[in-house]
Amino acid sequence: MRSGVIAKKIGMTRLFMEDGKQIPVTVLQLDQLQVVAQRTADKDGYSAVQLGAGAAKAKNTSKAMRGHFAAAKVEPKRKIAEFRVSPENLIEVGEEIIADHYFEGQYVDVSGTTIGKGFAGAMKRHNFGGLRATHGVSISHRSHGSTGQCQDPGKVFKGKKMAGHMGAVRVTTQNLQVVKTDSDRGLIMIKGAVPGSKGGWVTIKDAVKKPTPENVVLPAALKSAQAAAEEAPAEEGGEA
Amino acid sequence: MNLIAEIEAEQIASLGKEIPDFKAGDTIRVGYKVTEGSRTRVQNYEGVCISRKNGKGISGSFTVRKISFGEGVERVFPLFSTNIESITVVRRGRVRRAKLYYLRSRRGKSARIAEDVNYKPLKGKA
Repeated sequence: MRSGVIAKKIGMTRLFMEDGKQIPVTVLQLDQLQVVAQRTADKDGYSAVQLGAGAAKAKNTSKAMRGHFAAAKVEPKRKIAEFRVSPENLIEVGEEIIADHYFEGQYVDVSGTTIGKGFAGAMKRHNFGGLRATHGVSISHRSHGSTGQCQDPGKVFKGKKMAGHMGAVRVTTQNLQVVKTDSDRGLIMIKGAVPGSKGGWVTIKDAVKKPTPENVVLPAALKSAQAAAEEAPAEEGGEA
Repeated sequence: MNLIAEIEAEQIASLGKEIPDFKAGDTIRVGYKVTEGSRTRVQNYEGVCISRKNGKGISGSFTVRKISFGEGVERVFPLFSTNIESITVVRRGRVRRAKLYYLRSRRGKSARIAEDVNYKPLKGKA
């Protein structure tokens, strides 16, 4: 198991392919994505990497977090997330992950916080059909209708779908395909929609419901490795 | 320029398409690539452009209406579709609407569009 990444949702656009197809894509950006801390089996009982992304002003960062970032010798980060990794895939603190982490055509799972809809009715929240427009229905065209039976059972069952707060929850969309990556600008383009608003943070992981592809970069696509590969082009496969 | 606009501008540049200046009311001929089995040929579709949507951007599209065997046919083409071989303007029409959906309810003589005899090319274009 290797690390995922934190990305910022930039927005959506479309790509025209050579064969005439057009693909709707969500553009995600990796912004100064660095390893901030490691969790190891000896010390914490599990192995994971803590990543930080974005840039936060030092004056807006709490003193405790400033100390945490200083220990890792990284700039204060806007967003922090932890990714479970197997011990051999731990990444050194301070390393920067680049967009080549994913290859074109790979399947990924994307998690994010959905756009909040506030208090929403049953039609919007649960796709109920509502009541009829005519035939004696008054005022309650968008209501949910009956919520149960009669004196027996004499209650509304728990979990009954009703109106209530909708959105602003963490959602994972599985098996989205990576269409294109651009490591210069740190862009990852993913087919289809991902949860959350523009400018929101999402996390991308290798798809759990697909077999792990063979050509993934282990432990991660790192900026230092890319720089090393550029310096010595003769040395093939400079990742790791 | 924001990142999305940048990506779209890059894509428009890389597609290298030349879109002629046309608007609703113009009669245009679209060369559309059709794949039959393994071979590809270009099929011409000629009719009146009745609407253009989303401007000149990557997501722009236009609708072409023609009468085929007495039946009205409309097709929507993405402006930058890689399946479009060519777009040629056959005739400039003079209309007072941006969307000519009213043509759908008209037939024959009342569905004609007057020719724009005073058409002036856009500045900066030939």
